[in-house]
Amino acid sequence: MKKNVYSYSSCILETLPLRVQQSSFSSTFPGKRLGQAAWSSEGFGSHWVRSVSVDLNNDASLVIDIPDALCERDKVKFTVHTKTTLSSFQKPEFSVPRQHEEFIWLHDTIVETEEYAGLIIPPAPPKPDFEGPREKMHKLGEGESSMTKEEYAKMKQELEAEYLAVFKKTVQVHEVFLQRLSSHPIFRKDRNFQIFLEYDQDLSVRRKNAKEMFGGFFKNMVKSADEVLISGVKEVDEFFEQEKTFLLDYSSKIKDASAKAEKMTRSHKNVADDYNHISGALNSTAADNNTAFKKHLEKYAEVFEKLRKLEDRVASDQELKLTELLRYYTRDIQAAKDLLYRRARALADNENSNKALDKARLKGKDIAQAEENQKQCLQKFDKLSESGKKELTSFKARRVVAFRKNLIEMTELEIKHAKVRRLKCCVYHYMFTRQCSGSHGKPGNMREF
Amino acid sequence: MSGSCGRIPPPFPDNEDQEAESDTRVLDSDEDDDDEGEDIFTGARSNPITPTSAPDEGDIFSEEGSYIRSDVHHATNGLHPDEEELDLFTEATVELTLTNTTSQGRREIIGPTASACNTTQVPNSILKPSIVTKTTEELEEEESGDQFELNIAVTNPEKIGDGMNAYMSYKVSTQTTLPMFLNKTFSVRRRFSDFLGLYEKISAKHSLLGCIIPPPPQKSVVGMTKVKVGKEDSSSAEFVEKRRAALERYLQRVVAHPSLLQDPDVREFLERDELPRAVNTQTLSGPGLLKMINRASDAVNKMTIKMNESDNWFESKLQEVENEEQLLRRLHAAVDSLVNHRKELCSNTAVFSKSVAMLGSVEENSALSRALSQLAEVEDKMEQLHQQQAFSDFFILAELLADYIRLLGAVRCCFEQRMKVWQRLQEAQSTLQKKREAEAKLLWANKPEKLQQAKDDINEWESKVSQYERDFERVTCTVRKEVLRFEKEKARDFKQHIVKYLESLLHTQHRLVKCWEAFLPEAKAIA
Repeated sequence: MKKNVYSYSSCILETLPLRVQQSSFSSTFPGKRLGQAAWSSEGFGSHWVRSVSVDLNNDASLVIDIPDALCERDKVKFTVHTKTTLSSFQKPEFSVPRQHEEFIWLHDTIVETEEYAGLIIPPAPPKPDFEGPREKMHKLGEGESSMTKEEYAKMKQELEAEYLAVFKKTVQVHEVFLQRLSSHPIFRKDRNFQIFLEYDQDLSVRRKNAKEMFGGFFKNMVKSADEVLISGVKEVDEFFEQEKTFLLDYSSKIKDASAKAEKMTRSHKNVADDYNHISGALNSTAADNNTAFKKHLEKYAEVFEKLRKLEDRVASDQELKLTELLRYYTRDIQAAKDLLYRRARALADNENSNKALDKARLKGKDIAQAEENQKQCLQKFDKLSESGKKELTSFKARRVVAFRKNLIEMTELEIKHAKVRRLKCCVYHYMFTRQCSGSHGKPGNMREF
Repeated sequence: MSGSCGRIPPPFPDNEDQEAESDTRVLDSDEDDDDEGEDIFTGARSNPITPTSAPDEGDIFSEEGSYIRSDVHHATNGLHPDEEELDLFTEATVELTLTNTTSQGRREIIGPTASACNTTQVPNSILKPSIVTKTTEELEEEESGDQFELNIAVTNPEKIGDGMNAYMSYKVSTQTTLPMFLNKTFSVRRRFSDFLGLYEKISAKHSLLGCIIPPPPQKSVVGMTKVKVGKEDSSSAEFVEKRRAALERYLQRVVAHPSLLQDPDVREFLERDELPRAVNTQTLSGPGLLKMINRASDAVNKMTIKMNESDNWFESKLQEVENEEQLLRRLHAAVDSLVNHRKELCSNTAVFSKSVAMLGSVEENSALSRALSQLAEVEDKMEQLHQQQAFSDFFILAELLADYIRLLGAVRCCFEQRMKVWQRLQEAQSTLQKKREAEAKLLWANKPEKLQQAKDDINEWESKVSQYERDFERVTCTVRKEVLRFEKEKARDFKQHIVKYLESLLHTQHRLVKCWEAFLPEAKAIA
């Protein structure tokens, strides 16, 4: 089953036809629900998860997944399902509905927790973005009159697949976020995390929205200040010096690569779309034709339709393995950078406290306070540095492993698809060059003709 | 299989077996014929459409045409040795053997059956000289005893002169066994206006007979100006290549037409060293303006004449042709979009490749860094493949459709000609009627001296009417035949092109597989 899902991972409609049909997949976008079957952790989702960030969900003491999701208008409701053997939870198994804002709340509270300053905080999942398919659906609705019924049905089907793909991705990023928390020895014990998993009432985080807006604004300002700080601070530790240089550079490069990969994937999808139009136009021409040419045209239309499907699959797989990988690590690198910022701030604090102590000693007053302050700053800084080093080292390893896995998988998929396309072209080529009246497909004597 | 849908001539008769083999080689992986391998899978070096007939020794039809192409798109030189191409079919595990066509020259323009099989071998410019008579001919063409062949290639565009008076001169090479030509192989240099001049001459003579005259490639002020001005960039090279290919297809269609081939003007075009400059093809010349006026009046006539069609076939056929033209336009637009998007994909891939290279250079893990730079290289190769594929998309599909949209226009002209002939007949008939009435009036008025005159008039017009009737019959018959021939050609042409397109795709996919397979160990080596 693993192999099956793997090989045509992007084209859900083909690999999990029954499952998708089982779920109430209504033809209008609002109110789509993806059933449990389609989202079982054994299915597609977990493979991507393991590719992006290895060693998640290995520990049976706390297993989290998102088996179900419902999309209504703009809101996506995720069903967060937890299975645990830990005594800190009330029940061994439970589910709660959560929305995107609640994930963000969880992320923010963890970021704001002082104790976690020395850890890389898993990046928050990006907001579900259905803008692309929605726009296309809109355009499709407008252009309905100008195309044939078959074409319309086909395009609609494609759009639904695209929508489904976006849906899948957003569920996955949310799932990965939770799983990174649950697999981290420190985060999994976080009280807010437990509340998030367990509390079956609404977390009412919405009143934070206004605060969030301002918070976001401040955060950005602070961030740019941080950048200045981080480059300005004199680093004593070789390890961190190297990390700083590396992460800053890497961060911009991976962001760039991620954006370019997106553009490339979109071009691929456009090409696939074009094949669809060609196929449709050929069908129209065939419908209008009454001669023997008609059959030829229909055959050609079929060829292009197949080409489209294959091209589409390539594009989707590429997106999943390459583009998503780059996107995810862009965010993760940012989280690592944030750790460096925090450490840099702690360092700055440390230096300031040293200066304050010296000044206090000079002035001769408030020395004890200054000493206490200095001790605390130093402690904090040391703790940060120690855990930071650990985190960054394991992050390196994690990244390399993830890249390796994804690159291998992508390459294997590309090879597979290219081989399939090659074979299909070969078959069609054979068909067309041998297709003559009389002997049906017999590779016979050409002299007959 | 000849790469360019008939534009490559099969090798000379003494190479017959070589050629025959190349057919089996298509699917019989046992053939170990490196040279032949180049024919079908030559995509690496030159685009399949180029008239490259690899095994030929100094054949006029060989590599010459491809030199431009290497500027236009970075031919993936040396990407893969030829031997690999042969594995294409082994790997795809399709094993078939088939016997080849008996004689390379054997050609019927009969049904899709024959044409389909011989698609790979025979250029569509082969014809039989026996089809000359018109009136007594049956509508179905028969197989004639002797087969002759004629192959044409247009190659070697060269810029002559400088500045605004510059022009491109093309080499037109003919290879033939037809007796009416002086030599077996010969070539001349022609310029674009010569081709247009040829069209004018043919049109003047044959369109009235109801033949479908293949239209020449379109003029393009913008394109030519760029070339004249001397901009040596890829777009002007592309333009020249596009025009060269279009001229070649045009000539091939002309000689594929049995009666046009017999025309001395065509022969002169192919053979004569120096042609008088065809000045009346310029848009702003006297004849040019006259043509425009004629066309306008024709359009008006078309609207006012309502032909009393006795034969429904013509009416429904015309309708079909018009519909098809519309649909082909739509199809052409879709293919155009494909070409553009693929070019976009090409440039995006290039950009991405550079970005990945940068990422690789920053990556601290050395194995991953190496893998990323390898990935960048793979993406670079992909860009080249996409570029080639876009090229194929354009030349194989888009140009085919553009040609046929124009050809359908020519078919419509053909129908219009028939209408004109009918109109002439009608007018003659009404004139005859008037003469008869005049005679009756004279009889009535009893003026014997004018009577003789009137009788002479009537005789004259009677013979005219009967001649015009015969003309009309003949034209009707010709048009019918032409349309049938055209439809068969069309079906065959489309099939040839789709086959070629599939080949180009096959190539691309094959190379894709190779690229990624080379990368896989690198990815696995990341530690």
